[in-house]
Amino acid sequence: MEQVNQGVRETVYPQAAHTFYRKLSQIALSAVTPIAAVSVALACGAVLLWLNGFNGLDAITVMVFGSFQDMRAVGEILLKATPLILIGAGLCVAFRCSIWNIGAEGQLYAGAIAATLVGTSLDGLSVWIHAPLVMLAGALAGAAWAGIAGYLKVRFRASEIVTTIMLNYIALILTSYLVTGPMKDASAAYPQSARLVREAWTPRIVSDMRLHIGILIAVVLAVALYIFLQRSSRGFALRVVGLNPHAARYAGMDVARNVMVAICISGAMAGLAGAFEVAGVTHRLYQNISPGYGFEGIAVALLANNNPLAAILSGGLFATLRSGSEVLQITSQVPQVLVLVIQGIVILSVVAFAKLRDILRIVA
Amino acid sequence: MSNKPFLRIDNIRKRFGPIVASDGVSLEIEEGEIHSLLGENGAGKSVLMSMICGMVRPDEGEIVYRGEVVRFNSPREAIRQRIGMVHQHFMLVPNLTVAENYILGQGSALRVINDMDKVHARIRALSDRYALDVRPDAVVEDLSVGEQQRVEILKALFHGIDLLILDEPTAVLTPQETDRLLSLMGDLVKDGKTVVFISHKLDEVMRVSNRISVMRDGRVVHTVDVGETNARELARMMVGRDVRMELPRSPEPAGRIVLSVENLTCRAETGLPAVRGVSLDVRAGEIVGIAGVSGNGQTELSLALSGLLPVDSGRVVLNGKDITGLDPARINASSFSHIPEDRHKHGIVMSLSLSENAILQRYDQAPFAARGMLNGRAIGEHTRDLIKRFRVKSRDENQAIGSLSGGNQQKLVVARELARNPDFILVNQLARGIDIGAMEFVMEEMLKQRDNGRAVLLISTELEELFAICDRILVMFHGEILGELPPDRSRLDELGLLMAGKTEQPALAG
Ligand SMILES: Nc1ncnc2c1ncn2[C@@H]1O[C@H](COP(=O)(O)OP(=O)(O)OP(=O)(O)O)[C@@H](O)[C@H]1O
Ligand SMILES: [Mg+2]
Repeated sequence: MEQVNQGVRETVYPQAAHTFYRKLSQIALSAVTPIAAVSVALACGAVLLWLNGFNGLDAITVMVFGSFQDMRAVGEILLKATPLILIGAGLCVAFRCSIWNIGAEGQLYAGAIAATLVGTSLDGLSVWIHAPLVMLAGALAGAAWAGIAGYLKVRFRASEIVTTIMLNYIALILTSYLVTGPMKDASAAYPQSARLVREAWTPRIVSDMRLHIGILIAVVLAVALYIFLQRSSRGFALRVVGLNPHAARYAGMDVARNVMVAICISGAMAGLAGAFEVAGVTHRLYQNISPGYGFEGIAVALLANNNPLAAILSGGLFATLRSGSEVLQITSQVPQVLVLVIQGIVILSVVAFAKLRDILRIVA
Repeated sequence: MSNKPFLRIDNIRKRFGPIVASDGVSLEIEEGEIHSLLGENGAGKSVLMSMICGMVRPDEGEIVYRGEVVRFNSPREAIRQRIGMVHQHFMLVPNLTVAENYILGQGSALRVINDMDKVHARIRALSDRYALDVRPDAVVEDLSVGEQQRVEILKALFHGIDLLILDEPTAVLTPQETDRLLSLMGDLVKDGKTVVFISHKLDEVMRVSNRISVMRDGRVVHTVDVGETNARELARMMVGRDVRMELPRSPEPAGRIVLSVENLTCRAETGLPAVRGVSLDVRAGEIVGIAGVSGNGQTELSLALSGLLPVDSGRVVLNGKDITGLDPARINASSFSHIPEDRHKHGIVMSLSLSENAILQRYDQAPFAARGMLNGRAIGEHTRDLIKRFRVKSRDENQAIGSLSGGNQQKLVVARELARNPDFILVNQLARGIDIGAMEFVMEEMLKQRDNGRAVLLISTELEELFAICDRILVMFHGEILGELPPDRSRLDELGLLMAGKTEQPALAG
């Protein structure tokens, strides 16, 4: 009996060495796949450009490295990375709970509106109070906006995919209405809100660059969310709910509450991103304050394999490509559509490689 | 039968990291036979069969099929060579119909949709021929486990197979369904097909097989003709020692009432009444069994007791405290353990590690959590302890539980539930998928719980399981408790009648 039940024999590696080897190969696999995905996509992009009569290699080089000219340019990349990291890391939490929040764009706008309200209406507060207040307002509004979809899901089983998309439209239209109507700056010709008071602005890191402390907050929050998901009890429950809601219920976890927590966290992160766009970059609310950060954030989370820590890197990558394509458009005649197509290829390739990685995991 | 073997497996090796699942295994299957495969949990039966049907690729060795060396890269290639398998865990898409499941991944969608009528007709024809009772337009998730099983088998027949591999098909079936399946296997063989049958139930194996192979530690150690062996010998071949079918029980009298159920009614998820006024008591130090053909309300009874299904009326009192209608968290916290019927639905999270599964209910309690953070060290220690005590065959506690063999998953669930030190243990199908050696061990553990003054309610469709460890057996039929019997094998007939709903007999004597 003893002999039979000894468990599994270790013939290949001693235990410790093997565990190490396995960890290493897993890390390697996780790291290699996104890099491979992006490289393949860019290669496809180069071919596509070449077929359209451009020098593909040059154009792609510009796209990837073109924006690294000086510190200021790097600052601009980080500025773009801020909302992408925030939204991407937040969406990791929702996706881990199997909540398909497609509404980060709307939640971003909800956050931007709230930030503008708080940033324009109050006066005479110190920057130590007003700036954080603006961020808090953005996060809360984003969470509340997402919470609507969460409530509809929990209460009426309405698919959050549908409701969050609908809420995107509502938030966008609401913004248009506000900046053309009630919140419009009477003195301006364009639809825009009044300017936020100085104390409400998100402090800059260096005074002559647009980059603000939002990037630092984004990184800290991404790390915090990673720790929350992987190390905390509540994060564990959230993951179990996402993987097997029946088992979660059996184990005594409150499925509805976890769903609400997950969607509100992702909403808060998007709302915070909206607050930073207003309080850190434009200082006014406009109709098109986000160039689609809410949607790109989905790709950021996807590339990060729903790991908030990796979302820092993948957010940075998407920001680089975004800046690079702007440079490309300025320096060459490559039409914007083609640049968008290349970005699309990157996203598709990321999805395909993610699938491939799962297959490799099973085989390995 | 030709003298060249139909299928020959030659010295196959397969490793998953440090785990040797197949350690140079060789096996011959002859055409037109029913060949049974026995072995302890984790012996490598499922992995071997997955290699034959193209799910898993061997590291070394070869498979010779009808005289040719074959190498399948996918189950589809195996099916093209007329080899089909019904897996231990079903592989159907729940929200599709039977017919849609069958054509999934088969050729171009457009052509298939045009041919849907033909597909339905073919399914009906096959279903009639083998009396499988499968409706092509039924949605899979609405079907019972037994029905899904038949859907899986018909799927293989639908694609046209000569070799059918059945991996523990009877683990989830009622005795009646099992009878039906065994006779189906006979029919298939009459039609010239070959069947490989994996089971932990020796009586079934003895009943249907022509030949039996026993696996141990990734190798086939014996192959015998059914006429030359008996269940006892097979058991010895499997575990290397005699397995006791009768367990000694101390005659201690039962103590105070731990769980008391009064007039409980509840409805199934479909809204139909499932439990109709069940009353029962379970005392400290006794194991009460509930026998019955599955589908008579046992599932709903256990879900209602554990707070997973709303109670319509009646009361559940545990340790003097009314727990009727409480949420599972509070019921779990009331010294209540539950070994669920459907392991994959409720019991475990397949992609999480053994550790994470081991603390599924206690993820926010000391010592596994402190100040809201998980304590990896305490969790790891606890899990390693469970693995060791229950001999769960695994690489380490960080392995995903889904990569364990089915029986070993069950062992971890049992280990987890007993480790919570409950006053009351609700068990629905204790030994689902575990081998006879482990079964003896798990039953001994249950008896230990009993002797330590725990109250156990054991719901089972396996009469052997009930006879072996229960102090008394209740029979459930149509949502009601029809009667009570002592665990006395000589009264099997009476039990059978009660299970069929016949109460005229003076059943309550004794
Ligand atoms: N994908 C996998 N990754 C890692 N280990 C695996 C994997 N699949 C199987 N194993 C291991 O291979 C061994 C043999 O498993 P297998 O499923 O064949 O057992 P089995 O004989 O079917 O047992 P059971 O009777 O419990 O179903 C087990 O130790 C199992 O943990
Ligand atoms: Mg198996």
